[in-house]
Amino acid sequence: MGFWSKFLKLDRRWVFLMIGLSVLIPLVARISMPTAVTPPVQNLFDAVDAIEPDGKPLMLAFDFAPDTEPELMPMATAILRHCFAKGIKVILYGGLYPQGAGMAQLALEEVTAEYDAESGIDYVFLGYVPGAGAVVLSMGEDIKGTFGRDYYGVRLDSLPMLNGVRNYDDIPLVVDISGSSVPILWVLYAGARYGQEVGVGTTAVSAAQYYPFLQTGQFAGMLGGLKGAAEYEKLNEDAGVRQIRKRASIGMGSQSIAHILMIALIVLGNIGYFVTVRKGRNA
Amino acid sequence: MGILMMVQFFIPHPLSTRLYRAVLDSMIIIGVFMLVFAWRSLAYFHINRIRRRTEHWWYSYLTFTGWIVTAALGIGLGIGAGTPHQLIFNHILIPLQATMFSLLAFYIASAAFRAFKARNLEAGLLLVAAVVVMLGRVPIGQMIYSRLPEVVEWIMMYPNMAAQRGILLGVGLGMISTALKIIMGIERGYLGGGD
Repeated sequence: MGFWSKFLKLDRRWVFLMIGLSVLIPLVARISMPTAVTPPVQNLFDAVDAIEPDGKPLMLAFDFAPDTEPELMPMATAILRHCFAKGIKVILYGGLYPQGAGMAQLALEEVTAEYDAESGIDYVFLGYVPGAGAVVLSMGEDIKGTFGRDYYGVRLDSLPMLNGVRNYDDIPLVVDISGSSVPILWVLYAGARYGQEVGVGTTAVSAAQYYPFLQTGQFAGMLGGLKGAAEYEKLNEDAGVRQIRKRASIGMGSQSIAHILMIALIVLGNIGYFVTVRKGRNA
Repeated sequence: MGILMMVQFFIPHPLSTRLYRAVLDSMIIIGVFMLVFAWRSLAYFHINRIRRRTEHWWYSYLTFTGWIVTAALGIGLGIGAGTPHQLIFNHILIPLQATMFSLLAFYIASAAFRAFKARNLEAGLLLVAAVVVMLGRVPIGQMIYSRLPEVVEWIMMYPNMAAQRGILLGVGLGMISTALKIIMGIERGYLGGGD
């Protein structure tokens, strides 16, 4: 058996080991790489940045579960830091998944301490209400009526931040962070029906499906995958936003090496395939 | 109800607005009751597993333990930062789900190595596009060729978008025709029973 035949039958545990090391070593060695900002990320950053400080609030929806946390949480924390640093009020919505509220709580634990942000004044945290599309539509009519109380059980009427906030007319931008097709619900129900401007943060694998909505302007901008979050962190840094931990930027080294390794494996696999096919024909 | 909601959309009268709000409230209430059905279904499934002693039946006890303990702690001691409910979420659920999802990277790498072959022209084009996008989506790609992110954006914004839009249009037309069939009573499969 020749080299390429043996290579093609490589035990998959070696592949697992190589992938594991390609992720682990750059993280431990803190290999950092420069990140170029792409137009969809710049557009979303500009849309957030255009919101008046101490004015109408941005809504940040956490439509993701713990499985996509490593990729999506850095987006949420980067946007929260941008808002709190600039004095933009935020409505954190636990999203259309029951687990989203836990993710929002986790993001708050990480960021509020850095900025001394206070519930009811700098941000309001809305929990989970079943109903998916009906909840998105209902917020277009009356946000306080849809939820009644915030995640901690405080009546929304009593929160000073929500004075004068009734429905989407009082929210300049909704940013939905999701690893599924939920952002399309926001475009269909909040965007098309109520004219709400919507931005999206999504996993790299889901980003491809949102380009039609970006091109039409139905999404104000998009963060795609960990790289999108790293680009937002870079824009934050350029704007002077204080960031204690740049999780996405730290992960760029690992992601780069892992991608290079996968490309190398695919290319070598193809060379091996063609060499063995040719040998088979000649034999 | 379908026809009523379609008509309501085009008539911004206080009466139709009130009807619309009532329907939205009803949908949310139905959503809450669906949770009750989900709990019943979950309990029924696992009680049956335990009764019948099917393979790995004792894992069902773990499901009940996690379910009851988490719910009891949330209801009894509250939710929010520092509560046992949030600690369970942060230190058990997140690591478990993130680990399961992370395993995908290993299996995808192994599968791509074995199966991603340029066997014909179409597969070759897909392979080249995938390699360019993979490289352009990480900073090292930009270090290799500074305009690679622009090339990737072009691939995503034109060939990818054209294909995605075609799929979306097909899905949209399918949804409209199915909705019309349900509203007109042609499609009644959702009511149960046979064809």
